[in-house]
Amino acid sequence: MIINHPTLGPRDAAEFVHLGDATLMNRPDWQAEDAVEQFHEYLYQRDNPAGDYRELWYHEQGDRSWLVVTRNTLTHEITDVQMARDVAMQQAKSS
Amino acid sequence: MRYSGFQVIKQGLTGNKGWKPVWREPEPKKSYDIIIVGGGGHGLATAHYLAKKYGQKNIAVLEKGWIGSGNIGRNTTIVRSNYMLEGNQPFYEHSLKLWESLEQDLNYNAMMSQRGILNLAHSDSQRDAMARRGNAMLLSGADAKLMTADEVRKMVPFLNFDNARFPITAGLLQPRAGTARHDAVAWGFARSADQHGVDIIQNCEVTGFQMKDGKCIGVETSKGKIKAKKVAVCVAGSSSRVMEKAGMRLPIESHVLQAFVSEGLKLTIPGIVTFGAGHLYISQSDKGGLVFGGDLDGYNTYAQRGNMPTLEHVVEDMMGLMPFLGRARLLRMWGGVMDMSMDGSPIIDKTHIDGLYFNGGWCYGGFKATPASGDAYAHLIATDTPHPTATKFRFDRFLRGGMIDEKGSGAQPNLH
Ligand SMILES: Cc1cc2nc3c(=O)[nH]c(=O)nc-3n(C[C@H](O)[C@H](O)[C@H](O)COP(=O)(O)OP(=O)(O)OC[C@H]3O[C@@H](n4cnc5c(N)ncnc54)[C@H](O)[C@@H]3O)c2cc1C
Repeated sequence: MIINHPTLGPRDAAEFVHLGDATLMNRPDWQAEDAVEQFHEYLYQRDNPAGDYRELWYHEQGDRSWLVVTRNTLTHEITDVQMARDVAMQQAKSS
Repeated sequence: MRYSGFQVIKQGLTGNKGWKPVWREPEPKKSYDIIIVGGGGHGLATAHYLAKKYGQKNIAVLEKGWIGSGNIGRNTTIVRSNYMLEGNQPFYEHSLKLWESLEQDLNYNAMMSQRGILNLAHSDSQRDAMARRGNAMLLSGADAKLMTADEVRKMVPFLNFDNARFPITAGLLQPRAGTARHDAVAWGFARSADQHGVDIIQNCEVTGFQMKDGKCIGVETSKGKIKAKKVAVCVAGSSSRVMEKAGMRLPIESHVLQAFVSEGLKLTIPGIVTFGAGHLYISQSDKGGLVFGGDLDGYNTYAQRGNMPTLEHVVEDMMGLMPFLGRARLLRMWGGVMDMSMDGSPIIDKTHIDGLYFNGGWCYGGFKATPASGDAYAHLIATDTPHPTATKFRFDRFLRGGMIDEKGSGAQPNLH
């Protein structure tokens, strides 16, 4: 698989480490009333879709950036790659 | 028909015209007492034990493709009981005991071959951890033997013992471990279940569940609606996709594991050997092919194929451990979609929906579990209580903090 890095261009997926679902960026509030349930969902429960999947990849052998990659889990086709930092900043702005 | 040496001779002398199809191909009835979704090893074993051991009647197994098309026909066939934790080891030892009499129970040759598994250690701490694991195995009634480097050298002299980075310091041997012919296991369970009256329905995909007053009362399939008192899901890599139709999210991710087979060679490797510094396991099939594999590819996928970096990595490990294999040629490779749970251990449990049961999260170690998983799942379905060896395989263990984490590495869907 080739991941089209936003600043470095097309890179071999072997340079990256895969972490998992992009929802892992949204850590629950540990002070919330239902923090236990929220952390259970966050840590253990997964949508695990067959189709488009937003996931986190870490460019370990490259610039050490975190990316949010949209990839189809049936075909491995990658349709979108963004810097996780940009995604986080957009999220912060809109919330 | 009962299979026997006498039949082989009789059929051989009469032109082999008397053999019958191994199972029927019935059309689905309108309703069953129990429907098992997924005709993999675990689904078929569940049907066999439900009918034969727990006296249940009126059972169907619904399989999306054909029997043996899933992981039961894709694995590297290693059977062992060298786990450590309380919730796991007694279950896997129960399974190994069932394997030892499986062929008689099924009247089917599953080519069970107990030639031993040798796990290698490459440091002092790894050897100490193996001593601890070996003791846990002995406590569960299994067999285990801690081997010194010299003993390992006598047994498998062809390994690279003095590798500067990963010298071999010890080994943990389980002599009763071994391999079995994976397709034959599926066929043997299917044949026995069929003989006990179970309808095995192939090319029948379950597309949804019928619910009434919060209770599951049947399934929707590509061959129409079928009613059932109890529905038991057992679909391995497709677990999340199927349970989503009942509105459930699972502590499971689907990942691909690859397997590789070399050309046929003369006897090279006596049993199963695993490299403890990388991830490599290797054995030799009765046809002579070296059967080996390593880690997951490392990303979620439902495609039953992997990528090159994993192949390179596995082959490098093999060259590091057994340099003499460098000239063997690779013949085949394939992948299977694994139901990777978040602590590396399985789930055999009722769901919060009445009448709906779940079995999954086998990661890449579910082949060895096939008989015990079938027995435990059948026990749960028939009696609504967990089998004594499977009391810890519950959904709620993640919420309660009761994870069965053999590796001690926290919430990760890539354990074993
Ligand atoms: C490469 C590889 C190597 C492995 N090596 C080992 C090993 O050495 N030792 C070991 O113990 N384990 C090993 N495993 C793991 C083992 O194969 C699995 O854990 C085990 O086979 C899973 O259970 P099963 O046999 O029931 O799965 P499967 O055979 O996958 O059965 C699930 C079935 O459900 C069907 N299904 C899916 N969705 C639906 C639907 N909607 N309706 C109806 N049917 C459906 C599928 O078609 C499939 O036939 C390995 C796996 C792989 C891929």
